[in-house]
Amino acid sequence: MTALPPASAKKLGLVIDLDTCVGCQACATSCKEWNTSGYSAPLSDIDPYGADPHGAWLNRVHAYDVGEGATSRTVHFPRSCLHCETPACVTVCPTGASYKRAEDGIVLVNPDTCIGCKLCSWACPYGAREYDYADGVMKKCTLCVDRIYNETLDPQDRVPACVKACPTGARHFGDLGDEDSAVSKLVADRGGYDLLPEMGYKPVNKYLPPRPRRDAATTTVAKPAERVAPPDGSAVERLFAWADKALSR
Amino acid sequence: MHPAYSVIVFTTASGAGYGLVFWLAMLSVLDNLPAERALGIAGFGLAFALIVGGLLSSTVHLGRPERAWRALSQWRTSWLSREGVAAMATFVPFGLFAAGWLLLGQNRGIFGVVALITAAMCVVTVWCTGMIYQSLPTIRGWHQPLVSPVYVALSLATGGALALCLLRMHHHEAEDFGWGMVAILSGALLMKRVYWSFVDEVPERSMTSGDATGLGRFGKVRALEAPHTQANFVMREMGYVVARKHVEKLRTIVQLVGFVLPVVALILSLTIGGVLTLPLQLLALVALACGVLVERWLFFAEAQHVVTLYYGAETA
Repeated sequence: MTALPPASAKKLGLVIDLDTCVGCQACATSCKEWNTSGYSAPLSDIDPYGADPHGAWLNRVHAYDVGEGATSRTVHFPRSCLHCETPACVTVCPTGASYKRAEDGIVLVNPDTCIGCKLCSWACPYGAREYDYADGVMKKCTLCVDRIYNETLDPQDRVPACVKACPTGARHFGDLGDEDSAVSKLVADRGGYDLLPEMGYKPVNKYLPPRPRRDAATTTVAKPAERVAPPDGSAVERLFAWADKALSR
Repeated sequence: MHPAYSVIVFTTASGAGYGLVFWLAMLSVLDNLPAERALGIAGFGLAFALIVGGLLSSTVHLGRPERAWRALSQWRTSWLSREGVAAMATFVPFGLFAAGWLLLGQNRGIFGVVALITAAMCVVTVWCTGMIYQSLPTIRGWHQPLVSPVYVALSLATGGALALCLLRMHHHEAEDFGWGMVAILSGALLMKRVYWSFVDEVPERSMTSGDATGLGRFGKVRALEAPHTQANFVMREMGYVVARKHVEKLRTIVQLVGFVLPVVALILSLTIGGVLTLPLQLLALVALACGVLVERWLFFAEAQHVVTLYYGAETA
């Protein structure tokens, strides 16, 4: 059913820290690895060793140059499904293959009923849905629904593969519907924001902005004045002066 | 947006087919068009071929065409589903109308009512086709109030040009209908020009890559490194935008070939007439068909999707 369920209290999603993301692509490759054998399997690659290799990935990491001149900076920007509260990708689906789960808000595609019309990808402003050219159906982030509730995994592994893989802790998973959750507090503390709020899709995932820069380009740190004792002409001093001269040669 | 040929063929062919049925129905009711069997076979046969051919063509772009029937289920929320349901539902009054005409030689009385229902359903179906595009806020060029009206106008124009030729081939004068077509073609051209003026209007504030990433507050945002070396699905499907200089040329071609030439040919056919009537009306039909095909290609090719902002487009 593509009609949206009533807003769920639980809103599972990701919080992505653009301050600490280093653009290593570990989240993207880990996502591909897990999901090509999980719920979304297969994530087909077309012409993988040829001239025009491309394939279905559920997570893409861009890099942007932000600002001008000396104060500009590189921001790495992971982009995946934001599990919106009012996702048009779901309501435009003619078959009911796309749906939003009432219990936790995860947006999924049923690969058995999707006809591959691609209209959902047109409706998504975030480019979150990719068509699998070999499988003939749409693929998207499942928030690793087959990990987070998976009781055969150790409790610490019950997080999305991208979160587990991130070496800098830039990806956080949790319930954004719960004000007291760690992710909600993180969003409140760091000024987490929605992507393209003007589109009205109400994304659940949040992005944390880069912190202000602290380096030579933005700050001038006064150098501590060096205290130089007046020369006293002692033997020790002359020894050091000779050593300094000899070593500087 | 990538102009998929299957979708261009679908929207233009089935649009012309529904337009042809619309006019056969309306001329029966309004203009006392006799239910001649030969005209009926030609008209309904051609319309059926165009509609079914178009619908089949639309399944070519599906990844899983064998599941196409599932698209009829979500009419509560999806315009694509509504379009499918409307297309299927139209076959019922269309079939009754055609049966009355071909088997009973009747197209008035109770069949006049059926004809009106058929005509209304044809318009509803084409309207739904337009709404598939018009309902998407992610594509500014499509999220315009004139998209569905233009789809209907071009459906009535192409179907009408077909009907006019068929009537002529079956020795019907249909002069009033000919002048009506001149008016409809002129109206459709006007609508398309107003649509283009809406699209070209620079919005008060276009969205930028700074808005898309939320990083605009730190300064200008430029794509530095793409996430992948080759174009992915998102870029192949939604990254296509035709060059501005080509847009101007193609719009001129649409207007001259698709509208001005057919209007002039129709006016000549109605004033000079004689042996030239049918050739001129056929010329109008062919020119209009070419113009509408270019128009439909352009409708996709000049539409920019918001997602391009993540891939280096500065505004959308």
